[in-house]
Amino acid sequence: MTVPHLLVHAHDDNVGVVVVEGLRSGTKMLCVVTSDNSSFELEALDDVPIGHKIALGDLKSGDTAIKYGEDIGKFVADVKKGSHVHVHNLKTKRW
Amino acid sequence: MAVSTSNSTFMGYRRDNGRVGVRNHVVILPVDDISNAAVEAVGNNIKGTLPLPHAYGRLQFGEDLELHFRTMIGTGSNPNVAAVIVIGIEPGWTSRIVEGIAATGKPVAGFSIEQNGDLKTIMDASRKAKEFVHYASELQREECPVSELWVSTKCGESDTTTGLGSCPTVGNMYDKLLPQGIYGCFGETSEITGAEHICKARAINPEVGERWYKMWQAYQDDVIEANKVDDLSESQPTKGNIEGGLTTIEEKALGNLEKIGRTSKYIDILEPAEAPKSGKGLYFMDSSSAAAECVTLMAAGGYVIHTFPTGQGNVVGNPIVPVIKITANPRTVRTMDEHVDVDVSGILRRDMTIDQAGDSLIEMIMRTANGRNTAAEALGHREFVMTKLYRSA
Repeated sequence: MTVPHLLVHAHDDNVGVVVVEGLRSGTKMLCVVTSDNSSFELEALDDVPIGHKIALGDLKSGDTAIKYGEDIGKFVADVKKGSHVHVHNLKTKRW
Repeated sequence: MAVSTSNSTFMGYRRDNGRVGVRNHVVILPVDDISNAAVEAVGNNIKGTLPLPHAYGRLQFGEDLELHFRTMIGTGSNPNVAAVIVIGIEPGWTSRIVEGIAATGKPVAGFSIEQNGDLKTIMDASRKAKEFVHYASELQREECPVSELWVSTKCGESDTTTGLGSCPTVGNMYDKLLPQGIYGCFGETSEITGAEHICKARAINPEVGERWYKMWQAYQDDVIEANKVDDLSESQPTKGNIEGGLTTIEEKALGNLEKIGRTSKYIDILEPAEAPKSGKGLYFMDSSSAAAECVTLMAAGGYVIHTFPTGQGNVVGNPIVPVIKITANPRTVRTMDEHVDVDVSGILRRDMTIDQAGDSLIEMIMRTANGRNTAAEALGHREFVMTKLYRSA
């Protein structure tokens, strides 16, 4: 199998994880869902470091971020499909 | 690499109480902070001893004092320890720790400094420590079944690769070894926040799940809500977690909980540094998520090997328990490979399955049990850090 750029835990997820170093904006990423090894393609809109997340769809401020098929917090800004998701646009619902 | 785990054995040190150790330390244990100088002097005099200086032991009271004694006695009682010298400022608390460790049947002797001074104490303790080194160095390893292993886990400097790779590797190991009769242990109370509904459901029965949930909620109410000044960002998740791509505590918790695999269920809940009393199986220990504190508590609970998934590269070790580092992050493998015992970065490239990664961890656990020094041992990481519950009197 070709080495993927992005791994997604579950089909319900709306974010995935960059698993290669030096990912550049414009890369047509090979994305693999680890639960069943299915794959899809997505264009990265930002340079994103390894381990950081990318939005799998257009998301609105107030939406819930889903990873592992579970709630991991709320978006606090609108996020475009393919762009970087991190502390600038996603916050915990706890504490 | 696939390895057969059925009927596996390892060469360990069987102690008088029946427990099996994978290391053979002669520990020099201070009761309190002001006995550290004498402890370190004995360690300097007698080669092959392991002094364990620490910061506490004076004017503690209540539950915090009980935790101090439990940690001291548990550390000395750990089967990785062959014999113990205890040194305290006065004889009362020194004797209490000596008697606690003596219940295991291993050689232990106490020395107190008041009315002797450091120099006489150091001389007397050094003579006894030399005797203990001769004793320990003649003990032989013997063949033991894998079911004699007590294997704990806690992850550190996590990132998104730990939830994808190194934590599921530990989970796969537990799913395979717990049915063979090992003792397991996970913890990190604050770090289950966001996955508490899943953790509660992974108890062996609803009664244990309810007790777990009450313990978790008490930490939220009594510690976090009582003391927080913000959303704990940069503490939980840590600055390193955030650098590695983890954004929220919920995301971190879900990755953390991958360490208990798919089928494993915990059978009981332990106080910090408490030894299991409900037989073989997986336990949750109420513990800090700070690496050195958590590993120290689990070692005091009697666990002899620790499995430690890391993403960004936590370098922690423990003086008496070998800490096996597992990482799936290829950048960490590239930049700090001297800290990595098990490289599972193939999981991210999809050229290694979780099942294969679990087998490679089991193989490393067996090699470590047989005597292979871990990266943390070779690099001299001996972090011994007591957990303190509140200010001393």
